[in-house]
Amino acid sequence: MSLLEIRGVNVRFGGVTALGGVSFDVEEGEIVGLIGPNGAGKTTLFNCLSGFQPVDAGRMALAGIELTHLRPHEIAALGIARTFQTSRVFRRMTVLEHVLVGRHRHQRAGFWAAVARPGWVAREEAESLARARDLLGLFEDRLLPRMSDVADSLSYANRRRLEIARALAGEPRLLLLDEPTAGMNPHESAAMARLIRNIRERGITILLIEHDMKVVMSASDRIVVLDHGETIADGPPESIRGSEAVVEAYMGRRRANA
Amino acid sequence: MPLHAFVPGRANLRFWLPGVMAVAAVPVVVRSEYVLHVAVAAGIYVILASSLNVTNGYAGLFSFGHAAFYGIGAYTAAILATRLDWPFALTVPGAGVVAAAVGAGLAVPTLRLSGIFLALVTIGFQEIAYLVTLNWIGLTRGPMGIPAVPPPSLLGVEIAGNTGQYYLVLGFDLLTLFVIARIVTSRVGRAFVAIREDEMAAEACAIPTFRVKVLAFVIATFFAGLAGALYAHHARFVSADSFQLDETFVILTMLIVGGMGSLLGPVLGAVLLVVLPEASRFLAEYRGVAYGVVLIAVILLRPEGIAGAPGIIQPLGARIPAEEPAADQAMP
Repeated sequence: MSLLEIRGVNVRFGGVTALGGVSFDVEEGEIVGLIGPNGAGKTTLFNCLSGFQPVDAGRMALAGIELTHLRPHEIAALGIARTFQTSRVFRRMTVLEHVLVGRHRHQRAGFWAAVARPGWVAREEAESLARARDLLGLFEDRLLPRMSDVADSLSYANRRRLEIARALAGEPRLLLLDEPTAGMNPHESAAMARLIRNIRERGITILLIEHDMKVVMSASDRIVVLDHGETIADGPPESIRGSEAVVEAYMGRRRANA
Repeated sequence: MPLHAFVPGRANLRFWLPGVMAVAAVPVVVRSEYVLHVAVAAGIYVILASSLNVTNGYAGLFSFGHAAFYGIGAYTAAILATRLDWPFALTVPGAGVVAAAVGAGLAVPTLRLSGIFLALVTIGFQEIAYLVTLNWIGLTRGPMGIPAVPPPSLLGVEIAGNTGQYYLVLGFDLLTLFVIARIVTSRVGRAFVAIREDEMAAEACAIPTFRVKVLAFVIATFFAGLAGALYAHHARFVSADSFQLDETFVILTMLIVGGMGSLLGPVLGAVLLVVLPEASRFLAEYRGVAYGVVLIAVILLRPEGIAGAPGIIQPLGARIPAEEPAADQAMP
């Protein structure tokens, strides 16, 4: 059984078909790049997978557990974490607090436990703080020294990193990254590609939307190409690079005698 | 340490303990019944402003009906005490529970909608509560109000004097602040602030945003009800006029002047705005002007509130773990 199964997912916005029966699998431990021209439905698919966009038809399952009718927080609790295309950090929370919010699903303290603070709550908090330190270390010296700064004061690239840190804090089984290198320079993008590889080493499967071909080709094990809400190609990076259908989707049809 | 990051704990005992001791010493130093009466009122407003801070400050839910829940608590306590002869030890939690139950009943259908609806619904609820109180004569005696509410008593000992009531209210202030401090510095409080900052991102972090918002509302309305019970037993008379929309704005002003989303802010705001009009009595008819000048000055000079940090609402008491992350946050 694949970790993620997507079968015939359909989404329509009025008369527009955003997703017209998308089907593919993601295997445990894989890094799958999701590419396609603007408006192909990549982000819509992410919204379906994370529960923010109801699907009109089709089904999705994580390790055999049906996701189709779950609320976003229930899907997140099952172990699917995501980042957003336009940064959605908590502007007036510190870097450390972001990571602790990300660990929400691994902590249990509710109202009574928060007030009474029995021993297990202190242990749970201490464990989260220890893991937060370890996790922020993944981002070299970008986030760790800024642990008690509010997100508002971070650079754009650091906010994107912070979103990834928050998602990773939940120790997800599947991580959905929506254009992690948007707005980054080539040097930062290359570092992001390395980071994505590092994240996989921690046992996290990744589905990656990315426009930077260098990043997506170097980071992905397999690439799925969407166009007009349909899967037009699915295979290793080398095969995608040479695919006529993909070139056509991006560049338009070759003239017959060109 | 910046005021907004101030979370009382064992680590900063030397900062907050002298403050609490000074406050506790007030009746020893001041013998005036009038001053103590003002101090009791301030203590009740500390609970009201601090509880409103849970929704409006931390969770970012715009509630404009706090005085209605304050009134529900006051009436509940007055009715339980005068009709059913419940003792003070039961009317106070009873008032909190009734206010919280009504709060939950209002929150569940409303909080599924986006923010502005809560503001509108709570303002509407405020008016409905007033009209119901005025017209449900069988329960509330309508415009006549409920007189002869017994003074507080604990273990059979009546606490009729202002000094005793001062310590009683101070005890409830500390209890309220203790609970709120522990909540906002916990996983639950982080969820509140996450929702305030970005509800969609909070949901994506596995936070059941709807349930957490209802919880914030229930906590806020519980303590408003509790404050109402203290008021009823202190004033010994309740009437619908005390719990109208203008009262909500008094509480909201205390919160904004003190600093939303900080623990100390509503405490300072409540004390300042209760004491200020009393202290400026010598100005006679210029009293209102003085009040207005102070409000405008605070808004202009510190738009984030007295205990606030730059930005409209500041983050919750930031905790910087040293190498040993077990820094104690407990309030004794």
